[in-house]
Amino acid sequence: MSHDGKPARRRRRDQTPDAHRFPTRPYDLVKEFVIAVAVVGVLVAVLAAVFSSPDRKAITLENWANADPNDVVATAAGELAGTTTSAGYGAPYNRASDGQKLGPLPLQRWGSVRIPIDSANDLVIEPLSTVTGDPALTLALRTWHSASPDQQTKWAGNYSDALTATPDGNPSQVKPGDYGPVPVLAARFLTLARTGGLEGLLTSRHTFYATDQTKPLLLLADGAYLEDQARADHLGGDQWGMMNETGNYPGQPWMWLYTFWYQIKPFSTSGNADALVWALMAVLTLGLILLPFIPGLRSLPRHLGVHRLIWRNQTPAQRP
Amino acid sequence: MSSEQHATSSWTVWLRNHIKRTVPEGQWLPDRQPAYVRSWIYVFGVATLAAFLFVLASGLALAVGGAAWWHTSRVGHFFNSMHLWSTELFFVFMVIHLWGKFFMAAWRGKRALTWITGAVAFVGSIATAFTGYLSQTNFDSQWISTQAKDGLNSVGVGALFNVLNLGQMLLWHIVLLPLVVGVLVVLHVILVRRHGVVPPFDAQPPEPAALAHTELPETAMQAPTDGADPAQVAR
Repeated sequence: MSHDGKPARRRRRDQTPDAHRFPTRPYDLVKEFVIAVAVVGVLVAVLAAVFSSPDRKAITLENWANADPNDVVATAAGELAGTTTSAGYGAPYNRASDGQKLGPLPLQRWGSVRIPIDSANDLVIEPLSTVTGDPALTLALRTWHSASPDQQTKWAGNYSDALTATPDGNPSQVKPGDYGPVPVLAARFLTLARTGGLEGLLTSRHTFYATDQTKPLLLLADGAYLEDQARADHLGGDQWGMMNETGNYPGQPWMWLYTFWYQIKPFSTSGNADALVWALMAVLTLGLILLPFIPGLRSLPRHLGVHRLIWRNQTPAQRP
Repeated sequence: MSSEQHATSSWTVWLRNHIKRTVPEGQWLPDRQPAYVRSWIYVFGVATLAAFLFVLASGLALAVGGAAWWHTSRVGHFFNSMHLWSTELFFVFMVIHLWGKFFMAAWRGKRALTWITGAVAFVGSIATAFTGYLSQTNFDSQWISTQAKDGLNSVGVGALFNVLNLGQMLLWHIVLLPLVVGVLVVLHVILVRRHGVVPPFDAQPPEPAALAHTELPETAMQAPTDGADPAQVAR
C-alpha cells in the first residue's frame, strides 16, 4: 500500500519485520525454564542459608521510655506545646500548616485532612485520661482542660524551653517557672510509657483489633530517639536513608535514583524536597514507560551500539 | 440453529478464535526460535520469571504462619530470608533484562505494549517490595514508614496509601500489588509470545521464494532454516 500517505508514514517510522518470518533454530522453552527455576532455587536457598535476613526488633514505646526518658518527656511537652513535627504537619493529619508545595500547587493541602490527629489530645492527653488512682494527674488534667488554648500553649512552650536549657533535657534540673500542669502531665506520660501500655491506648482504645499504627509511629517519630537509632545504623535521609536496611544487607538498591535526589541540591536544601523529588520521579517513570514514543530517546539504542554485543553475527553491511 | 449460526453467535467460539488470533497455537510453547537469538542476555527474562516464582512461593509460606511468625520461628525466618533473597535476585535479573531490552530497542515492530507492560511491572514490583519492607513489623518498618510518609503526604496521597497503617500495607503487599504485578507479567509474556523476539536493527527476513526451497515450518509462523545466521539472510 499505497499512495494515501498513512501506511507509508508507518513504514518510515518502524520497518521492523515480523520475527516469525526469520529463520529459526531448535529451542526447548520448557527445559530452559526448568533449568532457570532449579538454578535460581539453589541460589536463593544458599543465599538465605548463608546470609539470612535482618530482623532488628521494633522499638516499643516502653523501650523508648527506658532508653531515653528525657526524650519522652521532651516529646510529650512538645506535643502539648504544638511544636513537634506531627503537631505542625498539615494534611493529612491537621491544618497546622499548608505543608509542601510543588511550585504554586499546594498538593499536600489539596490532599485534605483525612486522618485527623490532634497531637496534644490524641497522643498525650487522651492516653493520660485513662489512668485512674492518681490524684495529682487527675488534678493536672482538670487544670489543663480548664485553661484556654493560649494558656495551654504558653505553659507547654515554657516547659519545653526550660527542658532544652538543661543538660541532656533532664526534667529534674528544670528551673522553677510558669509551667502549669505540664511537668506533671509529661512525667506521668513517661510513667505510662514505661508500663508498656501506651501503644494499646494509642491504637486500640476504641477498637479491639488494632491494625493501624499511625498514632504510635507519629509519636515515636516526633521524638529524637528513633532517628538517633536510625542514623547510628546509617539510615538517615542524607545517608541514602530508607533505601538501606539495618546491618550489612542490600536493602532496596532499586530505589537508588529516588534516594539519590535527596543527596543533592536543590532537593537536599529545599523545604519542598519530597514534593519536588516525587514530581521528578513521576516524570522520569512516565518517560521510562512511554520510551517507545519519545523521539530521540527511542532511537538512542541504535546509536549506542551495545546491540552489536548482543547480535554479534550482524555484519557491518546490515548496519545503518 | 445451524452449526454455522451457532459458530457466529457463540461467545465460546468467539473467545477461542480471539485467543488463537492473539497467540497462534505454535507460539505458546515454541520448540524453535529465531536464529538471531544467541546471547546470554535473553536468559534474564526467564530468570526473572523463575525468581518471581520463588518470591511468590516464599511469600505464601510466610502467609501460612502470619505476619509476625518469622520473628519467633527459625523456619519462618528461613522463609523470610528466601523471600528477601529471591526478591533481590528478581530485581537483579529484571534490571539486566530491562537494560538488555533497552539496548535492543525491543519496542520496535509493534512491541510498544510489551515494553509498557514490562516497565509498569517493574514500577509495580518496586511498590510491592516497598510495602514488604513496611510489613516486616520490625525496626526497618518503623523507620522506613515514618520517612516514606512525607513523600506520599507531600503530593496529597498519604491518606489513601497510609504507610503508617500496617493493616493496609500488609494487604497491599500480599494481595493487591502482587495481583497487579502478576497480571502484568502474564500480559507481558503473552505479548512476547505473540510478537516474538525483536529482530536485530535493519535485519530483513529471507524472501518467500527463498523459503520455498527450504523445509516448511510446523506452523505457518515459523521459518525453517535451522541455525541460519541472520546475517546471511538479511539483505
